[in-house]
Amino acid sequence: MRHLSPRAAISGIGELKPVRRTEGVTTLELLMQVSALALEDAGIGPDQVDGLLVGPQVGETPQHVPAMVSEYFGLQPTMSNMVDLGGASGPGMIWRAAAAIAAGQCETVLCVLGNHRNTPAPRSPNRNPAREFDPPFGASGANTSYALLMQAHMAAFGCAAEDYAVIAAGARGNAQLNPDAIFYGQPADVDEVLASPMVASPLHLFEIVMPVAGGDAVVVTTAENAKEGPHRPVHLLGAGEKITHRVVSQAPNLTSGPLKPAMARALSQSCLGIEQIKFLSLYDCYTIMVATTIEDAGLCGPGQFANWLRDNGGMGPQANQPINTHGGQLGFGQPDLAGGMTHVVEAVRQIRGNAGERQIPDCETALVTGNGATMSEAVALVLGGAQ
Amino acid sequence: MKDLSQLDVPGPTKTPLTAPFWENAAEGKLTIQKCGSCGEHFFYPRPLCPNCWSSDVAWTEVRGSGRLKSFSQIWKPGHPGWLPVTPYLVGLVELDEGPTLLSHILVERNEAKIGDRLEFIPQNIGGQMLPCFKYPDNKEEPV
Ligand SMILES: [Zn+2]
Repeated sequence: MRHLSPRAAISGIGELKPVRRTEGVTTLELLMQVSALALEDAGIGPDQVDGLLVGPQVGETPQHVPAMVSEYFGLQPTMSNMVDLGGASGPGMIWRAAAAIAAGQCETVLCVLGNHRNTPAPRSPNRNPAREFDPPFGASGANTSYALLMQAHMAAFGCAAEDYAVIAAGARGNAQLNPDAIFYGQPADVDEVLASPMVASPLHLFEIVMPVAGGDAVVVTTAENAKEGPHRPVHLLGAGEKITHRVVSQAPNLTSGPLKPAMARALSQSCLGIEQIKFLSLYDCYTIMVATTIEDAGLCGPGQFANWLRDNGGMGPQANQPINTHGGQLGFGQPDLAGGMTHVVEAVRQIRGNAGERQIPDCETALVTGNGATMSEAVALVLGGAQ
Repeated sequence: MKDLSQLDVPGPTKTPLTAPFWENAAEGKLTIQKCGSCGEHFFYPRPLCPNCWSSDVAWTEVRGSGRLKSFSQIWKPGHPGWLPVTPYLVGLVELDEGPTLLSHILVERNEAKIGDRLEFIPQNIGGQMLPCFKYPDNKEEPV
């Protein structure tokens, strides 16, 4: 496995407090606000940004997205692109930024995602297999796909509904330490998770992320530049990516996903074993996603995630390997594609050592995962304080 | 059985390439594509075989039987048009020929379990005959 060289670092982060509804606000406005937070955090001005990575859901702008965002921001980057990996877009941006810097095309890349939640736009009449072959049978939206994945996982390994509910309860528990989280002040225990309405069996409402408006932005630059910033640099030590399919009927495997090879590559590049990772910042659109990721990371065998979580001491900051201390998306809310970037931003806070009340003691390393579509687009990053 | 024919729900967005799948299924014939070069059956329809990229692909009628690979009982559908018939069952059906389809599973009660054998049946959903699956007729009989 080839290592990342030279290594890039994260020097700035920005995050908007999620809200359930926005009215009249455009996505471009939110993207610019959150980008300003990230630049301020990095201690740089917009004149120092020469790279820009954006997501596809800048609603007003179906094409020429990077140019539209550049123009709106007053930037003239020498590298710009759109990263379209669903929930894996955020982590996918981080290694692409590092690669562009390594290729000598730019020095400092702004990676930004977000969305408004105004009155829903009409559904598009897309002509693609994801539109043609699932919705006519009553299976539209991600809930059905993850319910099918969860049912298969339960049946294959004999796991109980309580096993998965522990993950939602753990996320809600962590959210009580994050005043920005949408479920701050609203903990839920395992019984409450299981008592929440069934949405698509075996998925209960509290096992599914709450859609929110918001945004997240990250500044990636050279390790040298990052040393000049006001915060401890957080280095990208390894990355891995894998895409296997789009619609759930085409999944090559229902109980293990593309994060397995992606995490293996990221860890291998970082020369770290999974047991050397202190913080697990794991994409959690649904409880089943965390269960599968724990198993695919090699932390335990297939079907053993619940035992592993118990031995781990739960998911909180005092756990052996804490998980999703910001509340995860299950506790924080899912600000559309920015949801995946919240896992990067929290890892940066933890490695910097400024996570406040939820700070993990001696947090030097983090594994960040991103996941898109139907457990089909995967990105894993290993971040570390040491270079 | 719930009446699915009166639902106001989105139908398939057919293209000239995919239309034979829907049209044959409506007439009671489940057809998918088979590659003449590598011999693989595949689904959904493509102009080339996704296994070997050969253009030697042809529609072929399959047995219409398969195995339930996973399922979900839908209580809160993604499209509001499905609300009148909740809860209902959708599932992944692995055909005996190999490919997996997502489909609507017709059951009186919600007794499904993974591994169950299923059979193809055309069913009127929202005014269109769509390829759904049901349990073999002898399922209720004692062994
Ligand atoms: Zn072929």
